[in-house]
Amino acid sequence: MIVEVLSLPLLMAVAVWFVSALDTVLGARAASRPVRLGAAAMAPVRESARLLVGQRRVTLAADGLLRWAGTVSLILGAVLAAAVVPLGQRPVADLSVGVVWFNAMEVVAWAAVWLVGWGPNGALSLVGGYRFVAQGLSYELPHMFAIITAALAAGSLRLTDIVDAQAGLWFVVLMPAAFAAYVLSAAAMSFWGPFDAPVARDVAGGAASELSGVERLLFEGGRRLLLVAAAAMAVPLFLGGGHGPWLPAWTWVVLKTVAVLALLVWLRHRSPTIRMDRWTEISWVVLLPLTIVQALVVALVVLARGGV
Amino acid sequence: MAVDPVQLAVFAVLGLLAIVSGVLVFVVDSMARATFALLVSFLAVATLVLMTGLAYLGVVIVLMMIIEMVIMAVFMIMFMMNPAGLMPMSMFHNTRGATVISGLVFAGLAAGIVGVDWPQRRAAPPADATVALGEALMGGHMLTMMVLGVTLFATIVATVVLATDRGRYDRLGDDLDAERADDPAGGGVGR
Repeated sequence: MIVEVLSLPLLMAVAVWFVSALDTVLGARAASRPVRLGAAAMAPVRESARLLVGQRRVTLAADGLLRWAGTVSLILGAVLAAAVVPLGQRPVADLSVGVVWFNAMEVVAWAAVWLVGWGPNGALSLVGGYRFVAQGLSYELPHMFAIITAALAAGSLRLTDIVDAQAGLWFVVLMPAAFAAYVLSAAAMSFWGPFDAPVARDVAGGAASELSGVERLLFEGGRRLLLVAAAAMAVPLFLGGGHGPWLPAWTWVVLKTVAVLALLVWLRHRSPTIRMDRWTEISWVVLLPLTIVQALVVALVVLARGGV
Repeated sequence: MAVDPVQLAVFAVLGLLAIVSGVLVFVVDSMARATFALLVSFLAVATLVLMTGLAYLGVVIVLMMIIEMVIMAVFMIMFMMNPAGLMPMSMFHNTRGATVISGLVFAGLAAGIVGVDWPQRRAAPPADATVALGEALMGGHMLTMMVLGVTLFATIVATVVLATDRGRYDRLGDDLDAERADDPAGGGVGR
């Protein structure tokens, strides 16, 4: 138990480093700069050091308490959400309502990003905060239908039960639409490209525009932690958790998580930032009916197999 | 029945937190702070629910209250008459009436807690409270819940329809035969 509790933040930090390094590599390749792996591997460390010693930017009449609360809760929410992801056989906390817990902890980001946007008393950061809430309202319902479809197929909200139910067939085969909606919402949840409009350039960095130094480091770290938590959650929900031949369960979880993370980083470099008004309509008119029909299909399969 | 002192202490701290942050809602002069003080209060109550062993209910309260408070921040602050709610403002309205009402409600509830002869538990607690709750809600009362759900949803749709200043004739023309809908903001599926 204590091993898992200690290793979870460490594993997440390593995954954050992986995301940042891969992001640097893909960014260099897209810009036709020479790709140096050593420099890319050091880039997150260098950037962290730069932000740690960076000067603090101060705004007039800022709400420091709320901004601080937002930055901290972004990180807390991400780590607590990952606490129910089975690292191999067991998660840190094998809750009977694990899926709901994950959902509750990830929406902490709604409050967190809005607070970070509100805190500095700046127009552009406030716009970024509101954009994230609009994005959240759009992705959350398809997201909820996607994750509840996995729970429905397993007949349990407990993550280890959901993994056990995939011993024969991974849920991604049974519910591809739910998986696709989940991956999209994982990127949207951590305002990761193409859903990075809340921190987009057209509003000078949006929610993060007034952040500097340590606070920016924590905010960017928290954002990547969220991405890691969401990607890791795709593994027990849709990709069979620790199931796989030859290798031990935890290796499979790590490999699958890295694969999902690589997909999300690649997606960011392959697609432009999607405008909030466009995404809202796609989400409500296309994604939501799609995930509902997907849930219906899975419900019928469960009934046909004689389970309730 | 013996009371675990640790549990009692946690209960007391959470109860106090819920009350203090609830009071703070009215003390602070910033609507953003008021909103999130209220959220802290709700989260403390959710943890109290978790302490009673109702895992599902407790976590759902956390989930719903965070979303609700963020949406409330949007409605209270973004749509406020003073620009973006950026001016400090008091959260008090009808001070005297509110004092009387809340005092009476508090006295009534407190009298209920002290005065009611609480029943002893006769059956053992269910193995899975979530399943028990689901069956209690959905088992015999499925029809009621379905009707309730449809009614609530119809209310939401009707409210939006009544509140919007643009209807289908604005979007698709007097004969509803326009090729493309005339919307102020372009959507993603190109209608």
